[in-house]
Amino acid sequence: MASSTGDQSQAVRNGLRTKVLTLHSMNPRVRRVEYAVRGPIVQRALELEQELRQGVKKPFTEVIRANIGDAQAMGQRPITFLRQVLALCVNPDLLTSPSFPDDAKKRAERILQACGGHSLGAYSVSSGIQLIREDVAQYIERRDGGIPADPNNVFLSTGASDAIVTVLKLLVAGEGHTRTGVLIPIPQYPLYSATLAELGAVQVDYYLDEERAWALDVSELHRALCQARGHCHPRALCVINPGNPTGQVQTRECIEAVIRFAFEERLFLLADEVYQDNVYAAGSQFHSFKKVLMEMGPPYARQQELASFHSTSKGYMGECGFRGGYVEVVNMDAAVQQQMLKLMSVRLCPPVPGQALLDLVVSPPAPTDPSFAQFQAERQAVLAELAAKAKLTEQVFNEAPGISCNPVQGAMYSFPRVQLPPRAVERAQELGLAPDMFFCLRLLEETGICVVPGSGFGQREGTYHFRMTILPPLEKLRLLLEKLSRFHAKFTLEYS
Amino acid sequence: MHALGAAFAKPGWVRVGASAARWRVLVAGGPKPGWHGSLKELLAGLVCGTAARLGQCATCLFSFSFCAKVSLRKRAMQRAAALVRRGCGPRTPSSWGRSQSSAAAEASAVLKVRPERSRRERILTLESMNPQVKAVEYAVRGPIVLKAGEIELELQRGIKKPFTEVIRANIGDAQAMGQQPITFLRQVMALCTYPNLLDSPSFPEDAKKRARRILQACGGHSLGSYSASQGVNCIREDVAAYITRRDGGVPADPDNIYLTTGASDGISTILKILVSGGGKSRTGVMIPIPQYPLYSAVISELDAIQVNYYLDEENCWALNVNELRRAVQEAKDHCDPKVLCIINPGNPTGQVQSRKCIEDVIHFAWEEKLFLLADEVYQDNVYSPDCRFHSFKKVLYEMGPEYSSNVELASFHSTSKGYMGECGYRGGYMEVINLHPEIKGQLVKLLSVRLCPPVSGQAAMDIVVNPPVAGEESFEQFSREKESVLGNLAKKAKLTEDLFNQVPGIHCNPLQGAMYAFPRIFIPVKAVEAAQAHQMAPDMFYCMKLLEETGICVVPGSGFGQREGTYHFRMTILPPVEKLKTVLQKVKDFHINFLEKYA
Repeated sequence: MASSTGDQSQAVRNGLRTKVLTLHSMNPRVRRVEYAVRGPIVQRALELEQELRQGVKKPFTEVIRANIGDAQAMGQRPITFLRQVLALCVNPDLLTSPSFPDDAKKRAERILQACGGHSLGAYSVSSGIQLIREDVAQYIERRDGGIPADPNNVFLSTGASDAIVTVLKLLVAGEGHTRTGVLIPIPQYPLYSATLAELGAVQVDYYLDEERAWALDVSELHRALCQARGHCHPRALCVINPGNPTGQVQTRECIEAVIRFAFEERLFLLADEVYQDNVYAAGSQFHSFKKVLMEMGPPYARQQELASFHSTSKGYMGECGFRGGYVEVVNMDAAVQQQMLKLMSVRLCPPVPGQALLDLVVSPPAPTDPSFAQFQAERQAVLAELAAKAKLTEQVFNEAPGISCNPVQGAMYSFPRVQLPPRAVERAQELGLAPDMFFCLRLLEETGICVVPGSGFGQREGTYHFRMTILPPLEKLRLLLEKLSRFHAKFTLEYS
Repeated sequence: MHALGAAFAKPGWVRVGASAARWRVLVAGGPKPGWHGSLKELLAGLVCGTAARLGQCATCLFSFSFCAKVSLRKRAMQRAAALVRRGCGPRTPSSWGRSQSSAAAEASAVLKVRPERSRRERILTLESMNPQVKAVEYAVRGPIVLKAGEIELELQRGIKKPFTEVIRANIGDAQAMGQQPITFLRQVMALCTYPNLLDSPSFPEDAKKRARRILQACGGHSLGSYSASQGVNCIREDVAAYITRRDGGVPADPDNIYLTTGASDGISTILKILVSGGGKSRTGVMIPIPQYPLYSAVISELDAIQVNYYLDEENCWALNVNELRRAVQEAKDHCDPKVLCIINPGNPTGQVQSRKCIEDVIHFAWEEKLFLLADEVYQDNVYSPDCRFHSFKKVLYEMGPEYSSNVELASFHSTSKGYMGECGYRGGYMEVINLHPEIKGQLVKLLSVRLCPPVSGQAAMDIVVNPPVAGEESFEQFSREKESVLGNLAKKAKLTEDLFNQVPGIHCNPLQGAMYAFPRIFIPVKAVEAAQAHQMAPDMFYCMKLLEETGICVVPGSGFGQREGTYHFRMTILPPVEKLKTVLQKVKDFHINFLEKYA
């Protein structure tokens, strides 16, 4: 084929023209972007899958993609009610079908009423369908024990990622040592580092405390901020709670301290709360930044700027493919809010099916609705199994010598620390790989298990980790954990 | 803290930063070292700068210079001074952050900070925010659309207006205008969404077959899983097969196909990768005038240099290569023109390019070493009997290897336009040609940060590129629905052109394709003056009046760009025929009235 890679290199050999767009001429900021969750290791996993399909012999029969929090890809069934309503919205002819419950029909009709031309196929306003923004605001009020939420402060988005990027984009300004600095946790979810690289903002790392179950320590925030002040203008603080990849769930005291810190140091707060439904550990509870902020009273409640993010991709529903999400902004300048809306309007609107799905997530069936019992049963089943898997993961990893794993209090991942023998580290360096990347690549080649090296999330120097989802079905997960532990033992032996 | 900043960081001292990127002002209790301006100059700056803000103390972000040469309209100056004397002036945010600045808001910035009276300054303000984002403008959803929303609310509240509904002719949103979705497309989508329906006898077999095929290709056989960042494999294959068919056998490689969140996402992603350099070597992007404002918005956001080339209104908005030459030569003085954007069929112009024109453009891009972006989202929307859609890809290949193995091209398509009008699904794709393999890697990496395009939109794209074929159960109905939409659009295109051209002072080129009319309107001098008094572009003034008096929402030509001294608006032709006739009649009456009023 004329445009294939082979012919292109041929073209270069034939002395044809150099391209307009090359690694050298491209946007240098984009070039600096890294995104480990879908990085080289995932590319390799794709290749291995291809090879398996072509019948190439491997020491395993399938690739297990434990690299990403993609529940349904791991076999989790969609919540029936969500899909029923969505199907009714997609094909309203079904509204006359007897095989759909009445509450699902009612919900579909309500959503369609709010859509242009009563169709999911019309653009919505850029901030999202007004009715759904209202439902989100009510959800937040319920969640936060009655603290009011204003629909006009809610903006629907294409997954939470889109909203996070948008808010960060607004915040970036200045040049040289006045360039905006953004504090992010280490380990972090690499969307943050990738976006900061793309925007040319300055990444300011604060380290979570692995010895204390990855807790956030305000003195560490102080350290990071002071150091950063020399070379940039720190203006925002990102917090991920429950933590990704750490699984840590922040205490109320911690959140209060963070808010006080942000207020004193004049930092815009970004609270990534997409795992708010995923809390498993006894004694842990999700506290929203919004609620804590409001309960702290003035001056915090009236002045601290906050953006909080949520998504349809996680929780018990795991509807990643629909790209539904929202951001709630608190104390944001009205003029800036308009600027945000303008920016969003350039991309027209978030996908309307994703908006519809979000609506169902924030206003699920009520106890009196015909679908309630089934909905509740399905929801509980998913969350209970996740809790069991969180516990199992921690247990199995901690039984393995050379692996230690903090409790998975929430979210969907474990981020265990692995000991790598010095010879393995040397070997990795010879190959030009981060030691944990080397470990993960070998793991993938030998077992088919795809996990992401800790270096993609950030970690204290000299420590090594990987992130693995806990999403595979329980029995499969058990086998996977055992396989992984055995591989680690073998790997350690091989390089000692 | 900067030494100078520290010197002024005392209670009661105020720092005022205006238009943060450009200049900053420091006010102290009187002339001090570093104080170069009188109060008059300060106020002048405040009023003329895009905004001003109150600060408590100067932090290290000090780039101190205040010798700005500023000019000031006398009245605004007096108003501001008066407000300062009275010590009042609420901070009213100016919508879109543009210069419709209230003197009061800005004058308030020179008041002393009194902690007990005013809240402390926000971290994120118009002044401190990303200046590139602030520079973004997007007329299709700009102030006029906000106004339309307000009017709708007023109507709902029972406020009397000379009309009963707002007609949103500002955006190409077919289904919002009452166009029915294509049955087959929605059947497949419903089956994919809720696979229990695969057992239902009320769905045709060909729809089920497609749904099964799509689900087979999804992780966990569900639309709820993330897809690969480049898009679901089998859908990319279907897109490639579609392109090959469309282009009469010119091969397309699925590896060159990237599914996107609507075409907009693809366009901004490619532009993002292309922008580099500083000063005179900053990337220049050539765009048509009039353009679709996505381009100017993304160029602003990326801080690239917009290089305008004008389409020839006298010649049905045709693209003239001499004009491209002029534009590129002029641009080379101050930037590095690297990209040429083409919209064909044209938005907002409705022009469909001839094959000859496309060849000339490709030759020009080859000569000047420009990366080509071909926005071809209206490829199914060609109405004039003597026009045909030619894809850039096809013409490129037919021009022979010197072009086809050298010219870098990205071409865009979408589920939002055509006969399906599925805007809400945000489906789209781009095909890249001759992209450097390393850049392909960079592209996938960049796309992967946003994880994947909405999978339901990908599925909708699949059905668009892989519709029922002759012999399949749904073929007949599908074809009927498709033809009906396209036939209607053709009728409406002609109707619009004819009716506009009957109005004195309106001239409308033939709508050869796409979904819009972009008529030229004559605006009398008095109206231009009235507009200037309102600090509005004359066509914005015209469109606002049209909206207020008739409820019809169209977008002023200034949002798309136009030759100086000419005025236009963009209106979709999407309302149903009868309604469109009424709309056109109303515009006609309004226009005649407007001419009389400002004669």
